[in-house]
Amino acid sequence: MTIIGNEGELVKSKFIESFMKNIFLISATMSIVAIVLICIFIFAGGLPFIEEYGLLNFILGTEWKPSDTPASYGILPMILGSLILTLGAIILGVPVGVLTATYLAKFSNKKLYKFLKPCINLMAGIPSIVYGFFALTAIVPIIRALVGGTGMNIITGSILLGIMILPTIISLSEAAIRAVPNSYYEGSIALGASHERAILSLVLPAARSGILSSIILGIGRAIGETMAVVLVAGNQARMPAGLTKGVRTMTTNIVIEMAYAADAHREALIATAVILLVFILIINGTFLILKRRSGI
Amino acid sequence: MSKLVRYIIKISALITFGILFLIIAYILIRGIPSLKPSMFQWEYTSENVSLLPAMITTIMIVFLTLLIATPIGVFTGFYLVEYSKRDNKLIEIIRMATETLSGIPSIVYGLFGMLLFVIRLKFQYSLLAGTLTAAIMVLPLIIRATEEALLSVDNAYREASFALGAGKVTTIFRVVLPAAMPGILSGIILSIGRVIGETAALMFTLGTATGIPKGLFSSGRTLALHMYVLSTEGFHVNESYATGVILLILVLLINGLSTFLSNKLTKEN
Repeated sequence: MTIIGNEGELVKSKFIESFMKNIFLISATMSIVAIVLICIFIFAGGLPFIEEYGLLNFILGTEWKPSDTPASYGILPMILGSLILTLGAIILGVPVGVLTATYLAKFSNKKLYKFLKPCINLMAGIPSIVYGFFALTAIVPIIRALVGGTGMNIITGSILLGIMILPTIISLSEAAIRAVPNSYYEGSIALGASHERAILSLVLPAARSGILSSIILGIGRAIGETMAVVLVAGNQARMPAGLTKGVRTMTTNIVIEMAYAADAHREALIATAVILLVFILIINGTFLILKRRSGI
Repeated sequence: MSKLVRYIIKISALITFGILFLIIAYILIRGIPSLKPSMFQWEYTSENVSLLPAMITTIMIVFLTLLIATPIGVFTGFYLVEYSKRDNKLIEIIRMATETLSGIPSIVYGLFGMLLFVIRLKFQYSLLAGTLTAAIMVLPLIIRATEEALLSVDNAYREASFALGAGKVTTIFRVVLPAAMPGILSGIILSIGRVIGETAALMFTLGTATGIPKGLFSSGRTLALHMYVLSTEGFHVNESYATGVILLILVLLINGLSTFLSNKLTKEN
Protein backbone atom coordinates (compact mmCIF):
# COMPACT_ATOMS: atom_id res chain seq x y z
CA MET A 1 0.00 0.00 0.00
CA THR A 2 1.36 3.41 -0.93
CA ILE A 3 1.22 5.91 1.83
CA ILE A 4 2.29 9.14 0.27
CA GLY A 5 5.47 10.01 2.12
CA ASN A 6 7.70 11.95 -0.22
CA GLU A 7 7.77 13.23 -3.76
CA GLY A 8 9.66 10.29 -5.21
CA GLU A 9 7.06 7.85 -4.05
CA LEU A 10 4.23 10.01 -5.30
CA VAL A 11 5.74 10.09 -8.78
CA LYS A 12 6.34 6.37 -8.66
CA SER A 13 2.81 5.51 -7.62
CA LYS A 14 1.37 7.86 -10.23
CA PHE A 15 3.47 6.09 -12.84
CA ILE A 16 2.25 2.67 -11.75
CA GLU A 17 -1.33 3.90 -11.76
CA SER A 18 -1.23 5.17 -15.30
CA PHE A 19 0.93 2.28 -16.54
CA MET A 20 -1.49 -0.35 -15.24
CA LYS A 21 -4.47 1.60 -16.47
CA ASN A 22 -2.99 1.46 -19.93
CA ILE A 23 -2.33 -2.26 -19.63
CA PHE A 24 -5.98 -2.78 -18.68
CA LEU A 25 -7.06 -0.57 -21.57
CA ILE A 26 -4.92 -2.47 -24.08
CA SER A 27 -6.30 -5.79 -22.82
CA ALA A 28 -9.81 -4.43 -23.14
CA THR A 29 -9.29 -3.45 -26.77
CA MET A 30 -8.23 -7.03 -27.60
CA SER A 31 -11.86 -8.09 -27.99
CA ILE A 32 -12.36 -5.35 -30.56
CA VAL A 33 -9.15 -6.34 -32.34
CA ALA A 34 -10.30 -9.97 -32.37
CA ILE A 35 -13.74 -9.28 -33.81
CA VAL A 36 -12.30 -6.94 -36.44
CA LEU A 37 -9.64 -9.49 -37.44
CA ILE A 38 -12.24 -12.26 -37.67
CA CYS A 39 -14.44 -10.16 -39.94
CA ILE A 40 -11.52 -9.03 -42.09
CA PHE A 41 -10.11 -12.52 -42.63
CA ILE A 42 -13.43 -14.25 -43.24
CA PHE A 43 -14.75 -11.52 -45.54
CA ALA A 44 -11.45 -11.07 -47.40
CA GLY A 45 -11.31 -14.83 -47.89
CA GLY A 46 -14.85 -15.19 -49.16
CA LEU A 47 -16.01 -11.95 -50.79
CA PRO A 48 -13.77 -12.15 -53.89
CA PHE A 49 -15.30 -15.52 -54.70
CA ILE A 50 -18.85 -14.24 -54.16
CA GLU A 51 -18.13 -11.27 -56.40
CA GLU A 52 -16.74 -13.48 -59.15
CA TYR A 53 -19.42 -16.15 -58.95
CA GLY A 54 -22.26 -13.68 -58.38
CA LEU A 55 -24.02 -13.24 -55.06
CA LEU A 56 -27.39 -14.39 -56.39
CA ASN A 57 -25.91 -17.41 -58.15
CA PHE A 58 -24.18 -18.30 -54.93
CA ILE A 59 -27.02 -17.94 -52.42
CA LEU A 60 -29.87 -18.92 -54.75
CA GLY A 61 -28.08 -21.67 -56.69
CA THR A 62 -29.62 -25.05 -55.99
CA GLU A 63 -26.68 -27.18 -57.09
CA TRP A 64 -23.51 -27.75 -55.10
CA LYS A 65 -21.19 -29.75 -57.34
CA PRO A 66 -17.62 -28.63 -56.71
CA SER A 67 -16.07 -31.51 -58.67
CA ASP A 68 -18.09 -31.08 -61.88
CA THR A 69 -16.66 -29.17 -64.84
CA PRO A 70 -17.75 -26.46 -64.78
CA ALA A 71 -18.27 -26.67 -61.04
CA SER A 72 -21.45 -25.28 -59.50
CA TYR A 73 -21.42 -23.66 -56.12
CA GLY A 74 -25.01 -22.93 -55.13
CA ILE A 75 -25.54 -22.94 -51.38
CA LEU A 76 -29.32 -22.54 -51.24
CA PRO A 77 -29.65 -26.20 -50.13
CA MET A 78 -27.34 -25.51 -47.20
CA ILE A 79 -29.01 -22.23 -46.26
CA LEU A 80 -32.39 -24.00 -46.29
CA GLY A 81 -30.87 -26.92 -44.41
CA SER A 82 -29.65 -24.61 -41.64
CA LEU A 83 -32.97 -22.79 -41.48
CA ILE A 84 -35.08 -25.95 -41.43
CA LEU A 85 -33.04 -27.63 -38.69
CA THR A 86 -33.10 -24.41 -36.68
CA LEU A 87 -36.86 -24.13 -37.09
CA GLY A 88 -37.25 -27.75 -36.01
CA ALA A 89 -35.05 -27.13 -32.98
CA ILE A 90 -37.10 -24.08 -32.03
CA ILE A 91 -40.40 -25.93 -32.42
CA LEU A 92 -39.18 -28.76 -30.20
CA GLY A 93 -36.93 -26.86 -27.81
CA VAL A 94 -38.73 -23.60 -27.06
CA PRO A 95 -41.92 -24.92 -25.40
CA VAL A 96 -40.00 -27.40 -23.27
CA GLY A 97 -37.33 -24.83 -22.46
CA VAL A 98 -39.65 -21.97 -21.51
CA LEU A 99 -41.85 -24.24 -19.42
CA THR A 100 -38.81 -25.72 -17.68
CA ALA A 101 -37.66 -22.17 -16.93
CA THR A 102 -41.13 -21.44 -15.51
CA TYR A 103 -40.83 -24.54 -13.37
CA LEU A 104 -37.41 -23.48 -12.05
CA ALA A 105 -38.50 -19.93 -11.31
CA LYS A 106 -41.99 -20.52 -9.91
CA PHE A 107 -42.65 -24.16 -9.07
CA SER A 108 -39.54 -25.75 -7.62
CA ASN A 109 -38.66 -25.48 -3.94
CA LYS A 110 -35.33 -24.07 -2.82
CA LYS A 111 -33.67 -27.38 -2.14
CA LEU A 112 -34.62 -28.88 -5.50
CA TYR A 113 -33.61 -25.68 -7.25
CA LYS A 114 -30.15 -25.82 -5.72
CA PHE A 115 -29.73 -29.18 -7.40
CA LEU A 116 -31.48 -28.47 -10.72
CA LYS A 117 -29.86 -25.12 -11.53
CA PRO A 118 -26.32 -26.58 -11.72
CA CYS A 119 -27.81 -29.33 -13.90
CA ILE A 120 -28.74 -26.70 -16.48
CA ASN A 121 -25.17 -25.39 -16.38
CA LEU A 122 -23.93 -28.94 -16.77
CA MET A 123 -26.20 -29.36 -19.79
CA ALA A 124 -24.59 -26.28 -21.30
CA GLY A 125 -21.16 -27.68 -20.54
CA ILE A 126 -21.54 -31.09 -22.19
CA PRO A 127 -19.40 -31.01 -25.36
CA SER A 128 -21.28 -30.96 -28.66
CA ILE A 129 -19.43 -34.05 -29.79
CA VAL A 130 -20.94 -35.97 -26.84
CA TYR A 131 -24.43 -34.78 -27.79
CA GLY A 132 -23.73 -35.75 -31.38
CA PHE A 133 -22.43 -39.16 -30.45
CA PHE A 134 -25.43 -39.77 -28.20
CA ALA A 135 -27.77 -38.81 -31.04
CA LEU A 136 -25.84 -40.99 -33.48
CA THR A 137 -25.90 -44.10 -31.32
CA ALA A 138 -29.22 -43.67 -29.49
CA ILE A 139 -31.60 -41.46 -31.50
CA VAL A 140 -30.64 -42.45 -35.07
CA PRO A 141 -31.55 -46.15 -34.58
CA ILE A 142 -34.94 -45.20 -33.11
CA ILE A 143 -35.74 -42.85 -35.99
CA ARG A 144 -34.51 -45.47 -38.45
CA ALA A 145 -36.90 -48.00 -36.95
CA LEU A 146 -39.77 -45.52 -37.02
CA VAL A 147 -39.47 -43.96 -40.46
CA GLY A 148 -36.99 -46.15 -42.31
CA GLY A 149 -33.99 -45.03 -44.35
CA THR A 150 -30.69 -44.29 -42.65
CA GLY A 151 -32.24 -42.49 -39.71
CA MET A 152 -30.03 -39.50 -40.41
CA ASN A 153 -32.50 -36.82 -41.43
CA ILE A 154 -34.23 -33.56 -40.60
CA ILE A 155 -36.17 -35.13 -37.72
CA THR A 156 -33.05 -36.48 -36.02
CA GLY A 157 -31.14 -33.25 -36.55
CA SER A 158 -34.02 -31.18 -35.16
CA ILE A 159 -34.35 -33.35 -32.07
CA LEU A 160 -30.62 -33.10 -31.43
CA LEU A 161 -30.54 -29.32 -31.87
CA GLY A 162 -33.74 -28.95 -29.86
CA ILE A 163 -31.96 -30.64 -26.94
CA MET A 164 -28.79 -28.63 -27.42
CA ILE A 165 -30.51 -25.22 -27.26
CA LEU A 166 -32.40 -26.09 -24.06
CA PRO A 167 -29.80 -24.73 -21.60
CA THR A 168 -29.55 -21.42 -23.49
CA ILE A 169 -33.31 -20.95 -23.54
CA ILE A 170 -33.82 -22.10 -19.96
CA SER A 171 -31.20 -19.90 -18.29
CA LEU A 172 -32.18 -16.71 -20.11
CA SER A 173 -35.93 -17.30 -19.82
CA GLU A 174 -35.58 -18.07 -16.14
CA ALA A 175 -33.73 -14.79 -15.60
CA ALA A 176 -36.47 -12.97 -17.52
CA ILE A 177 -39.25 -14.59 -15.46
CA ARG A 178 -37.47 -13.77 -12.22
CA ALA A 179 -37.02 -10.16 -13.33
CA VAL A 180 -40.80 -9.62 -13.44
CA PRO A 181 -41.77 -7.59 -10.33
CA ASN A 182 -43.47 -9.74 -7.73
CA SER A 183 -46.31 -7.23 -7.49
CA TYR A 184 -47.68 -8.51 -10.82
CA TYR A 185 -48.03 -11.97 -9.39
CA GLU A 186 -49.35 -10.81 -6.03
CA GLY A 187 -51.86 -8.45 -7.59
CA SER A 188 -53.22 -11.24 -9.72
CA ILE A 189 -53.47 -13.60 -6.75
CA ALA A 190 -55.24 -10.91 -4.74
CA LEU A 191 -57.82 -10.69 -7.50
CA GLY A 192 -58.53 -14.35 -7.03
CA ALA A 193 -56.41 -15.94 -9.76
CA SER A 194 -54.75 -19.28 -9.09
CA HIS A 195 -50.93 -19.63 -8.93
CA GLU A 196 -50.89 -21.14 -12.43
CA ARG A 197 -53.22 -18.59 -13.93
CA ALA A 198 -51.26 -15.67 -12.47
CA ILE A 199 -48.07 -17.04 -13.99
CA LEU A 200 -49.58 -17.92 -17.34
CA SER A 201 -51.56 -14.75 -17.94
CA LEU A 202 -49.40 -12.14 -16.20
CA VAL A 203 -45.86 -13.20 -15.36
CA LEU A 204 -44.97 -14.94 -18.63
CA PRO A 205 -46.41 -12.16 -20.85
CA ALA A 206 -44.50 -9.60 -18.79
CA ALA A 207 -41.30 -11.57 -19.38
CA ARG A 208 -41.91 -11.96 -23.10
CA SER A 209 -39.12 -9.77 -24.44
CA GLY A 210 -36.58 -11.61 -22.26
CA ILE A 211 -38.01 -14.95 -23.39
CA LEU A 212 -37.88 -13.78 -27.00
CA SER A 213 -34.24 -12.84 -26.63
CA SER A 214 -33.52 -16.30 -25.21
CA ILE A 215 -35.12 -17.79 -28.32
CA ILE A 216 -33.01 -15.60 -30.57
CA LEU A 217 -29.86 -16.67 -28.78
CA GLY A 218 -31.05 -20.25 -29.18
CA ILE A 219 -31.45 -19.66 -32.92
CA GLY A 220 -27.85 -18.42 -33.04
CA ARG A 221 -26.65 -21.55 -31.23
CA ALA A 222 -28.62 -23.84 -33.53
CA ILE A 223 -27.42 -22.20 -36.76
CA GLY A 224 -23.81 -22.25 -35.59
CA GLU A 225 -23.73 -25.83 -34.31
CA THR A 226 -21.46 -28.03 -36.37
CA MET A 227 -19.87 -31.14 -34.98
CA ALA A 228 -22.99 -32.68 -33.52
CA VAL A 229 -25.11 -31.99 -36.59
CA VAL A 230 -22.56 -33.45 -38.96
CA LEU A 231 -22.95 -36.84 -37.28
CA VAL A 232 -26.72 -37.14 -37.62
CA ALA A 233 -28.18 -34.88 -40.33
CA GLY A 234 -27.18 -36.99 -43.31
CA ASN A 235 -25.22 -34.20 -45.01
CA GLN A 236 -26.55 -34.63 -48.56
CA ALA A 237 -25.81 -31.46 -50.53
CA ARG A 238 -29.17 -31.29 -52.29
CA MET A 239 -32.39 -29.36 -51.82
CA PRO A 240 -34.27 -30.52 -48.71
CA ALA A 241 -36.73 -33.19 -49.85
CA GLY A 242 -38.78 -34.01 -46.79
CA LEU A 243 -38.60 -34.56 -43.05
CA THR A 244 -37.28 -38.07 -43.44
CA LYS A 245 -34.49 -37.07 -45.85
CA GLY A 246 -31.05 -35.86 -44.92
CA VAL A 247 -29.88 -32.26 -45.20
CA ARG A 248 -26.61 -30.41 -45.11
CA THR A 249 -26.19 -27.14 -43.20
CA MET A 250 -23.82 -24.24 -43.90
CA THR A 251 -21.63 -25.25 -40.97
CA THR A 252 -21.38 -28.89 -41.95
CA ASN A 253 -20.68 -27.95 -45.57
CA ILE A 254 -17.53 -26.20 -44.35
CA VAL A 255 -16.38 -28.88 -41.97
CA ILE A 256 -16.91 -31.79 -44.35
CA GLU A 257 -15.12 -30.39 -47.38
CA MET A 258 -12.53 -28.00 -45.96
CA ALA A 259 -10.02 -30.76 -45.30
CA TYR A 260 -9.50 -31.51 -49.00
CA ALA A 261 -10.82 -28.44 -50.82
CA ALA A 262 -8.49 -26.37 -52.99
CA ASP A 263 -8.66 -23.16 -55.05
CA ALA A 264 -12.17 -22.05 -56.04
CA HIS A 265 -13.78 -24.87 -54.04
CA ARG A 266 -11.99 -23.74 -50.93
CA GLU A 267 -12.91 -20.10 -51.53
CA ALA A 268 -16.52 -21.20 -51.96
CA LEU A 269 -16.36 -22.79 -48.50
CA ILE A 270 -14.96 -19.61 -46.96
CA ALA A 271 -17.73 -17.76 -48.80
CA THR A 272 -20.20 -20.13 -47.09
CA ALA A 273 -18.72 -18.94 -43.80
CA VAL A 274 -19.29 -15.34 -44.93
CA ILE A 275 -23.00 -16.02 -45.38
CA LEU A 276 -23.09 -17.87 -42.05
CA LEU A 277 -21.33 -14.98 -40.34
CA VAL A 278 -23.81 -12.48 -41.81
CA PHE A 279 -26.67 -14.58 -40.43
CA ILE A 280 -24.99 -14.70 -37.03
CA LEU A 281 -24.25 -10.95 -36.96
CA ILE A 282 -27.89 -10.18 -37.76
CA ILE A 283 -29.08 -12.60 -35.05
CA ASN A 284 -26.61 -11.17 -32.51
CA GLY A 285 -27.62 -7.62 -33.35
CA THR A 286 -31.29 -8.44 -32.84
CA PHE A 287 -30.41 -10.15 -29.58
CA LEU A 288 -28.45 -7.15 -28.28
CA ILE A 289 -31.25 -4.73 -29.14
CA LEU A 290 -33.89 -6.93 -27.49
CA LYS A 291 -31.71 -7.52 -24.47
CA ARG A 292 -31.24 -3.82 -23.92
CA ARG A 293 -34.97 -3.35 -24.14
CA SER A 294 -35.80 -6.16 -21.73
CA GLY A 295 -33.08 -5.18 -19.30
CA ILE A 296 -31.73 -8.58 -18.32
CA MET B 1 -57.38 -25.94 -15.98
CA SER B 2 -54.84 -24.93 -13.34
CA LYS B 3 -54.06 -28.56 -12.74
CA LEU B 4 -53.48 -29.18 -16.43
CA VAL B 5 -51.10 -26.21 -16.66
CA ARG B 6 -49.18 -27.45 -13.65
CA TYR B 7 -48.89 -30.91 -15.14
CA ILE B 8 -47.64 -29.58 -18.46
CA ILE B 9 -45.02 -27.43 -16.73
CA LYS B 10 -43.89 -30.35 -14.58
CA ILE B 11 -43.74 -32.69 -17.55
CA SER B 12 -41.58 -30.18 -19.44
CA ALA B 13 -39.13 -30.00 -16.56
CA LEU B 14 -39.19 -33.78 -16.40
CA ILE B 15 -38.35 -33.99 -20.11
CA THR B 16 -35.42 -31.57 -19.77
CA PHE B 17 -33.82 -33.22 -16.78
CA GLY B 18 -34.78 -36.68 -18.00
CA ILE B 19 -32.85 -36.08 -21.22
CA LEU B 20 -29.82 -34.82 -19.31
CA PHE B 21 -29.72 -37.85 -17.01
CA LEU B 22 -30.42 -40.18 -19.91
CA ILE B 23 -27.43 -38.83 -21.84
CA ILE B 24 -25.13 -39.07 -18.82
CA ALA B 25 -26.32 -42.56 -17.91
CA TYR B 26 -26.17 -43.75 -21.51
CA ILE B 27 -22.59 -42.62 -22.06
CA LEU B 28 -21.42 -43.95 -18.68
CA ILE B 29 -23.16 -47.31 -18.96
CA ARG B 30 -22.02 -47.96 -22.51
CA GLY B 31 -18.62 -46.34 -22.02
CA ILE B 32 -17.22 -47.56 -18.71
CA PRO B 33 -17.08 -51.23 -19.80
CA SER B 34 -15.27 -50.07 -22.96
CA LEU B 35 -12.39 -48.56 -21.00
CA LYS B 36 -9.35 -50.76 -21.40
CA PRO B 37 -5.82 -50.37 -20.00
CA SER B 38 -4.51 -50.47 -23.57
CA MET B 39 -6.19 -47.14 -24.25
CA PHE B 40 -3.80 -45.49 -21.83
CA GLN B 41 -0.52 -46.18 -23.56
CA TRP B 42 1.98 -43.46 -24.38
CA GLU B 43 2.08 -44.22 -28.09
CA TYR B 44 -1.01 -44.16 -30.26
CA THR B 45 -1.14 -47.05 -32.71
CA SER B 46 -4.03 -48.19 -34.85
CA GLU B 47 -4.00 -51.32 -32.65
CA ASN B 48 -4.47 -49.77 -29.22
CA VAL B 49 -6.23 -46.51 -30.30
CA SER B 50 -4.74 -44.97 -27.17
CA LEU B 51 -6.41 -41.87 -25.85
CA LEU B 52 -3.56 -40.90 -23.54
CA PRO B 53 -1.78 -38.71 -26.14
CA ALA B 54 -5.07 -36.89 -26.73
CA MET B 55 -5.48 -36.43 -23.00
CA ILE B 56 -2.03 -34.90 -22.67
CA THR B 57 -2.64 -32.67 -25.69
CA THR B 58 -5.89 -31.53 -24.08
CA ILE B 59 -4.06 -30.58 -20.89
CA MET B 60 -1.41 -28.73 -22.90
CA ILE B 61 -3.89 -26.72 -24.91
CA VAL B 62 -6.02 -25.89 -21.85
CA PHE B 63 -2.97 -24.67 -19.96
CA LEU B 64 -1.61 -22.56 -22.82
CA THR B 65 -5.02 -21.11 -23.66
CA LEU B 66 -5.57 -19.99 -20.08
CA LEU B 67 -2.05 -18.56 -19.94
CA ILE B 68 -3.01 -16.18 -22.73
CA ALA B 69 -6.71 -15.60 -22.15
CA THR B 70 -6.80 -15.22 -18.36
CA PRO B 71 -4.73 -12.03 -17.99
CA ILE B 72 -6.34 -10.39 -21.03
CA GLY B 73 -9.84 -11.35 -19.92
CA VAL B 74 -9.40 -10.40 -16.27
CA PHE B 75 -7.72 -7.08 -17.16
CA THR B 76 -10.56 -6.32 -19.55
CA GLY B 77 -12.97 -6.96 -16.69
CA PHE B 78 -10.97 -4.53 -14.51
CA TYR B 79 -11.17 -1.88 -17.16
CA LEU B 80 -14.88 -2.35 -17.81
CA VAL B 81 -15.90 -2.29 -14.17
CA GLU B 82 -13.32 -0.28 -12.25
CA TYR B 83 -12.60 2.44 -14.80
CA SER B 84 -16.00 2.79 -16.39
CA LYS B 85 -17.62 6.16 -16.45
CA ARG B 86 -21.10 6.82 -17.61
CA ASP B 87 -21.61 7.30 -21.36
CA ASN B 88 -18.16 6.06 -22.19
CA LYS B 89 -18.35 5.15 -25.88
CA LEU B 90 -15.25 2.94 -25.78
CA ILE B 91 -16.66 0.78 -23.01
CA GLU B 92 -19.90 0.46 -24.93
CA ILE B 93 -17.98 -0.74 -27.99
CA ILE B 94 -15.88 -3.19 -25.96
CA ARG B 95 -19.04 -4.66 -24.44
CA MET B 96 -20.57 -5.06 -27.88
CA ALA B 97 -17.42 -6.68 -29.24
CA THR B 98 -17.35 -9.12 -26.33
CA GLU B 99 -20.99 -10.08 -26.78
CA THR B 100 -20.57 -10.49 -30.51
CA LEU B 101 -17.52 -12.70 -29.93
CA SER B 102 -19.52 -14.95 -27.64
CA GLY B 103 -22.11 -15.52 -30.37
CA ILE B 104 -19.72 -16.47 -33.16
CA PRO B 105 -19.95 -20.20 -33.99
CA SER B 106 -16.86 -22.26 -33.32
CA ILE B 107 -16.56 -23.29 -36.97
CA VAL B 108 -16.06 -19.61 -37.88
CA TYR B 109 -13.35 -19.36 -35.21
CA GLY B 110 -11.81 -22.44 -36.74
CA LEU B 111 -11.78 -21.01 -40.26
CA PHE B 112 -10.46 -17.69 -39.01
CA GLY B 113 -7.69 -19.44 -37.06
CA MET B 114 -6.82 -21.43 -40.15
CA LEU B 115 -6.71 -18.37 -42.40
CA LEU B 116 -4.72 -16.19 -39.99
CA PHE B 117 -2.54 -18.48 -37.90
CA VAL B 118 -2.14 -21.61 -39.99
CA ILE B 119 -1.84 -20.02 -43.44
CA ARG B 120 -0.99 -16.31 -43.16
CA LEU B 121 1.42 -16.61 -40.22
CA LYS B 122 2.58 -20.06 -41.43
CA PHE B 123 2.21 -21.79 -38.06
CA GLN B 124 0.85 -24.91 -39.85
CA TYR B 125 -1.56 -27.13 -37.92
CA SER B 126 -0.01 -26.62 -34.54
CA LEU B 127 -0.44 -26.30 -30.81
CA LEU B 128 0.22 -22.57 -31.17
CA ALA B 129 -2.45 -21.98 -33.83
CA GLY B 130 -4.96 -24.02 -31.80
CA THR B 131 -4.11 -22.22 -28.58
CA LEU B 132 -4.46 -18.73 -30.05
CA THR B 133 -7.80 -19.61 -31.64
CA ALA B 134 -9.11 -21.14 -28.41
CA ALA B 135 -7.87 -18.14 -26.41
CA ILE B 136 -9.96 -15.72 -28.49
CA MET B 137 -12.91 -18.06 -28.14
CA VAL B 138 -12.89 -18.21 -24.33
CA LEU B 139 -12.11 -14.51 -23.88
CA PRO B 140 -15.77 -13.42 -23.63
CA LEU B 141 -16.42 -16.10 -20.99
CA ILE B 142 -13.60 -14.87 -18.76
CA ILE B 143 -14.50 -11.20 -19.29
CA ARG B 144 -18.12 -11.84 -18.41
CA ALA B 145 -17.27 -13.82 -15.27
CA THR B 146 -14.77 -11.19 -14.13
CA GLU B 147 -17.24 -8.37 -14.70
CA GLU B 148 -19.95 -10.12 -12.73
CA ALA B 149 -17.58 -11.01 -9.92
CA LEU B 150 -16.24 -7.45 -9.67
CA LEU B 151 -19.72 -5.95 -9.69
CA SER B 152 -20.72 -8.21 -6.81
CA VAL B 153 -17.94 -6.80 -4.62
CA ASP B 154 -19.37 -4.29 -2.14
CA ASN B 155 -18.31 -0.71 -2.88
CA ALA B 156 -17.52 -0.20 0.78
CA TYR B 157 -14.38 -2.29 0.23
CA ARG B 158 -13.14 0.11 -2.41
CA GLU B 159 -14.04 3.20 -0.43
CA ALA B 160 -12.31 1.90 2.66
CA SER B 161 -9.20 1.19 0.66
CA PHE B 162 -9.21 4.64 -0.94
CA ALA B 163 -9.77 6.22 2.45
CA LEU B 164 -6.60 4.54 3.68
CA GLY B 165 -4.72 6.29 0.90
CA ALA B 166 -4.37 3.34 -1.47
CA GLY B 167 -4.35 4.07 -5.19
CA LYS B 168 -6.73 2.51 -7.67
CA VAL B 169 -4.36 -0.22 -8.83
CA THR B 170 -3.44 -1.21 -5.27
CA THR B 171 -7.13 -1.31 -4.41
CA ILE B 172 -7.90 -3.51 -7.39
CA PHE B 173 -5.16 -6.04 -6.73
CA ARG B 174 -5.19 -6.10 -2.93
CA VAL B 175 -8.84 -5.56 -2.11
CA VAL B 176 -11.22 -6.12 -5.00
CA LEU B 177 -9.48 -9.04 -6.71
CA PRO B 178 -9.28 -11.28 -3.62
CA ALA B 179 -12.98 -10.68 -2.92
CA ALA B 180 -13.92 -11.40 -6.53
CA MET B 181 -11.60 -14.39 -6.87
CA PRO B 182 -14.14 -17.23 -6.56
CA GLY B 183 -16.29 -15.72 -9.32
CA ILE B 184 -13.34 -15.16 -11.62
CA LEU B 185 -12.09 -18.67 -10.93
CA SER B 186 -15.47 -20.15 -11.76
CA GLY B 187 -15.35 -18.34 -15.13
CA ILE B 188 -11.85 -19.66 -15.78
CA ILE B 189 -12.99 -23.17 -14.92
CA LEU B 190 -15.91 -22.85 -17.33
CA SER B 191 -13.42 -21.82 -20.00
CA ILE B 192 -11.48 -24.99 -19.31
CA GLY B 193 -14.68 -26.89 -20.00
CA ARG B 194 -15.22 -24.98 -23.22
CA VAL B 195 -11.72 -25.77 -24.49
CA ILE B 196 -12.00 -29.42 -23.49
CA GLY B 197 -15.27 -29.78 -25.38
CA GLU B 198 -14.24 -27.80 -28.44
CA THR B 199 -13.93 -29.53 -31.80
CA ALA B 200 -14.84 -27.32 -34.75
CA ALA B 201 -12.47 -24.49 -33.83
CA LEU B 202 -9.53 -26.82 -33.29
CA MET B 203 -9.93 -29.18 -36.22
CA PHE B 204 -8.38 -26.78 -38.74
CA THR B 205 -5.97 -25.08 -36.35
CA LEU B 206 -4.59 -27.74 -34.02
CA GLY B 207 -5.13 -30.48 -36.59
CA THR B 208 -5.79 -34.09 -35.74
CA ALA B 209 -2.34 -35.71 -35.50
CA THR B 210 -2.37 -38.73 -33.21
CA GLY B 211 0.82 -38.17 -31.22
CA ILE B 212 1.69 -35.83 -28.36
CA PRO B 213 2.81 -32.45 -29.80
CA LYS B 214 6.59 -32.12 -29.62
CA GLY B 215 6.51 -28.35 -29.46
CA LEU B 216 4.45 -25.25 -30.11
CA PHE B 217 4.62 -25.84 -33.86
CA SER B 218 3.58 -29.45 -33.77
CA SER B 219 0.05 -30.77 -34.32
CA GLY B 220 -2.00 -32.99 -32.02
CA ARG B 221 -5.60 -33.78 -31.16
CA THR B 222 -7.66 -33.15 -28.06
CA LEU B 223 -9.98 -35.74 -26.52
CA ALA B 224 -13.01 -34.17 -28.19
CA LEU B 225 -11.29 -34.20 -31.59
CA HIS B 226 -10.21 -37.78 -30.95
CA MET B 227 -13.81 -38.71 -30.28
CA TYR B 228 -14.98 -36.87 -33.39
CA VAL B 229 -12.45 -38.58 -35.66
CA LEU B 230 -13.32 -41.99 -34.20
CA SER B 231 -17.07 -41.35 -34.56
CA THR B 232 -16.81 -40.31 -38.19
CA GLU B 233 -14.53 -43.21 -39.10
CA GLY B 234 -16.94 -45.59 -37.44
CA PHE B 235 -14.39 -48.40 -36.88
CA HIS B 236 -13.84 -47.76 -33.20
CA VAL B 237 -17.23 -47.38 -31.56
CA ASN B 238 -16.03 -48.72 -28.20
CA GLU B 239 -13.13 -46.33 -28.13
CA SER B 240 -15.52 -43.47 -28.91
CA TYR B 241 -17.67 -44.44 -25.94
CA ALA B 242 -14.57 -44.67 -23.75
CA THR B 243 -13.41 -41.21 -24.82
CA GLY B 244 -16.93 -39.94 -24.20
CA VAL B 245 -16.79 -41.24 -20.63
CA ILE B 246 -13.50 -39.45 -19.95
CA LEU B 247 -14.86 -36.23 -21.46
CA LEU B 248 -18.08 -36.47 -19.49
CA ILE B 249 -16.27 -37.11 -16.21
CA LEU B 250 -14.04 -34.10 -16.84
CA VAL B 251 -17.07 -31.92 -17.58
CA LEU B 252 -18.87 -33.16 -14.44
CA LEU B 253 -15.84 -32.35 -12.30
CA ILE B 254 -15.40 -28.94 -13.89
CA ASN B 255 -19.03 -27.96 -13.49
CA GLY B 256 -19.12 -29.19 -9.92
CA LEU B 257 -16.07 -27.10 -9.06
CA SER B 258 -17.44 -24.04 -10.80
CA THR B 259 -20.79 -24.33 -9.00
CA PHE B 260 -18.99 -24.73 -5.69
CA LEU B 261 -16.93 -21.59 -6.30
CA SER B 262 -19.81 -19.40 -7.40
CA ASN B 263 -21.84 -20.50 -4.36
CA LYS B 264 -18.87 -19.45 -2.29
CA LEU B 265 -18.88 -16.03 -3.94
CA THR B 266 -22.56 -15.41 -3.26
CA LYS B 267 -22.17 -16.53 0.33
CA GLU B 268 -19.20 -14.27 1.03
CA ASN B 269 -20.65 -11.14 -0.47
